[in-house]
Amino acid sequence: MDFSWVFNYWPLIAAGALQTILLLFISVTLGFVLAIGLALAQVSGPHWLRWCAKAYCTCLRGTPLLIQLWLLYYGVGSLLPMIPGLRSSFLWPIVREGFFFAAVSFTLNYAAYEAEVLRGALLAVPKGELEAGRAFGMTRWTLLRRIWLPRAIRIALPTITGEVVLQLKATPLAFTVTVMDLYAVAYKIRQDTLLVYEPLAVVTVFYICLTLMITRAFRIVEMQVPIRR
Amino acid sequence: MQTSLSILELLSPNPPGWGGVLLSGAVSTIMISLGAYLVGISIGLAAAAGKLKGSRAVATLLDLYTTAVRAIPELILIIGLYYAGTDGINRLLSALGFPPIEINGFLAAVLVLGVVQGAYMTEVLRGAILAIPVGQIEAASAFGMRPWLRFRRIVLPALIPNAIPGMANLWMSVTKDSALIAVVGYQELALATRLAAGNTKHYFLFFFAAAAIYLAITVASNVVFASLETHFRRGQPRAA
Repeated sequence: MDFSWVFNYWPLIAAGALQTILLLFISVTLGFVLAIGLALAQVSGPHWLRWCAKAYCTCLRGTPLLIQLWLLYYGVGSLLPMIPGLRSSFLWPIVREGFFFAAVSFTLNYAAYEAEVLRGALLAVPKGELEAGRAFGMTRWTLLRRIWLPRAIRIALPTITGEVVLQLKATPLAFTVTVMDLYAVAYKIRQDTLLVYEPLAVVTVFYICLTLMITRAFRIVEMQVPIRR
Repeated sequence: MQTSLSILELLSPNPPGWGGVLLSGAVSTIMISLGAYLVGISIGLAAAAGKLKGSRAVATLLDLYTTAVRAIPELILIIGLYYAGTDGINRLLSALGFPPIEINGFLAAVLVLGVVQGAYMTEVLRGAILAIPVGQIEAASAFGMRPWLRFRRIVLPALIPNAIPGMANLWMSVTKDSALIAVVGYQELALATRLAAGNTKHYFLFFFAAAAIYLAITVASNVVFASLETHFRRGQPRAA
């Protein structure tokens, strides 16, 4: 085992870790917002919207993330230049990067899984609490904002932790579309130094640390909820 | 030249089209998944038994295995195990004085995915065994059943209905995880699609087709698992 390369490569590793964390953060936050919409559409939307949200979740949960990523990057990516004006617009430098496609596909994928979790949680909120809210004369929006959603998120919190960790473990796929994330850095170091296992081991330690940090952070959030245990 | 082919011609199973390549990729995806699933179930059963009944050292070791596999990204695990596994076997062979062998890509894929599945399966099966009322197992022991008979007649039938939802989830995840094998270069559906798309430049069409195939596999498996669950839950009271 030879770890002397770490001194030469640590800026690259740090940059890679940053990309991984950025990808995770973007996909989890935007995906969560999207998931709330999807879950609400499935629980209380009109019939057609319910059907659409259900179909979306089934399609994104039923196909591998790798295929979704490649469909976006190679498929949609090859169609994008045909949009007139996009090439010369200010968006082009963002839209042509692999990072953009990775972020979009991770967000869409995360939203589909998270929507299922939230759907279950929304249905698990005790009916009496919603009725109490209505009895106080809350409008639908207030009820959602003050009671339904906070209660559902509380119920779903342990599952959300798991989903975020799963999402972290999905981020190395971004390396297949030229994103220099943590895993891609390990790949590059392996090619530069001809070491097979050491870079993978270092990167693995990073992922495990990130996992521990995520679970710790969510545990702190969970502790904020005043529940008699 | 490629632009002259229509969509149907591109997807046709005969050589100018790439449908055949995609379909054979789909078949190898299913074969890899099936193999890995079976390996996973065997590892899972053994490891669950070890965690529940084994000595403290065995239980700690198994705990390390399930925790590590579930904490490390699948892609890294697959690549690490793939290289470490083939490399390790060849080193072992050369140490024993045999010439190195070329490891079959299919076998390597199955074993690597199986080891990953095994960790998740261990937890699913352990939970399912723990959910069996202890009295039933004690009653079996009281009747003088040997451990194997007890497992076959009492534990297994009671365990399956508990485990099926989790096992269905794992099947879905192994069919999708098998796409990661594309990264180490074994030709299954994902890699076949990339090949077809790269050759014809019809990226959107082929990745869409592959997504449709995966979706079809998932939907079909859903139906199978739903009927399996009703079969194994026969005679049980309906949940309210």
